[in-house]
Amino acid sequence: MDSVAEKVIAGDIRAVARLIRDIDDGMPEVRETLKELYPSTGHAYVLGITGAPGVGKSTLVDQMVNHMRKNNKTVGVLAVDPTSPFSGGAILGDRVRMQRHSMDEGVFIRSMATRGHFGGLTQSTRSAIDVLDAMGKDYIIVETVGVGQDEVDVVKSAHTTVIVVIPGMGDDIQAIKAGILETGDIFIINKADREGADKTMSDLRLMIDMDKKKYEGGKWKPPILKAQAVFDKGVTEILEEIERHRQYLLKTSGDLQFRRKKNRVQEELIDMLKKRLIEEVLENLTETGQFDQAVDSIVQGKIDPYSACDDLVLPAIEFLTGESGKG
Amino acid sequence: MGKKRHIRVMVAKPGLDGHDRGARIIARAYRDAGFEVVYSGLHQTPEEIVEAAIQEDVDMIGLSSLAGAHNYLFPRTIELLREKGADDIDVCGGGIIPDEDILKLKEEGIKEIFTPGTSLDDIVSWVKANVKTR
Repeated sequence: MDSVAEKVIAGDIRAVARLIRDIDDGMPEVRETLKELYPSTGHAYVLGITGAPGVGKSTLVDQMVNHMRKNNKTVGVLAVDPTSPFSGGAILGDRVRMQRHSMDEGVFIRSMATRGHFGGLTQSTRSAIDVLDAMGKDYIIVETVGVGQDEVDVVKSAHTTVIVVIPGMGDDIQAIKAGILETGDIFIINKADREGADKTMSDLRLMIDMDKKKYEGGKWKPPILKAQAVFDKGVTEILEEIERHRQYLLKTSGDLQFRRKKNRVQEELIDMLKKRLIEEVLENLTETGQFDQAVDSIVQGKIDPYSACDDLVLPAIEFLTGESGKG
Repeated sequence: MGKKRHIRVMVAKPGLDGHDRGARIIARAYRDAGFEVVYSGLHQTPEEIVEAAIQEDVDMIGLSSLAGAHNYLFPRTIELLREKGADDIDVCGGGIIPDEDILKLKEEGIKEIFTPGTSLDDIVSWVKANVKTR
């Protein structure tokens, strides 16, 4: 029997689909598979597409996939949609715009829900990127609505981040400026036939120009492009800019392995540690009922939360250091 | 997080039928029940639905049909899942399905058919009781 990793590398769709599910569901056995896959990663070019709901991200992704396929490039798409904080459920509708690719073996599309708790999204999306990369996809497109720290982090795992806005979003641009806008390598004004496209263009240009010190000495300055994704207008130009950005990255850092550069490795390892510690410690506390007991005690006024936290964490630390001491 | 499987279902509209209000209401009910719901969009072939369901690794496909072509579209979906070795994905149907067709569709492998008037709670309860996260 081939291992899961071997099946994934051979391009077995079911194995890939199942592995991403296991990653999402936090199955511990995926760790071994991901270890085995890691040496086969680092070849795909990763694009992050982000923007507010309804700006046309999925339609744009659909058109980009179409162009990439015409150039005989294989594509993986990870479409992230929000989980309802109330029910834990999610409606994943990005596929609707991309269905024409479902019979194309060169395209793998997967919808993922943000799931919420404990920053799991970042970790599972990065792992899913690794899986599609190991599977041999030339391009991986990650689409998110781009709100919240998690999604900013996801987008930072991309080589090129594309931010999509629509005309008339002037103030909204300001609202997202502090977060995800700073990570944009290319800006798209989609639905550019609508009123206010020029105003949005000048707003964006002003915003980018305010950071002009950042672009001194030949540093990448984000271009702003108009598009009408639904009519395939401006999509060729977007792909040209993505290619130009790729060439820029190659020229400035010698290769595209930026996720293996020291600062990125540090960041990703911290995220991985956080998630692992939460999994190992918090889950254990939940399963043994200690967590619920502590909550009750605080509610009943028997203990303050700071002491309760000490009581929960100190044995866990002892447990962990004890474990490593044995080795 | 952690070791807990989320139920993933696909709500799909096979064929030329353009009425998806029912499908969307079902999708919403599934979401409110805590499932992750992949919606296919309109006018899908069984081939497209099966391929998408495999890529999405869903536990169940819910087919919605109001235009009378269920006797071809539903069994064809089952057949394709078998061909792909993915017949561990359950298939249910809903919509305007005459009583005399229901038995035959079930014989072909459709797990359950929900006709007009079925409450959303009943459908959700059925899924929770019968669809296993693999």
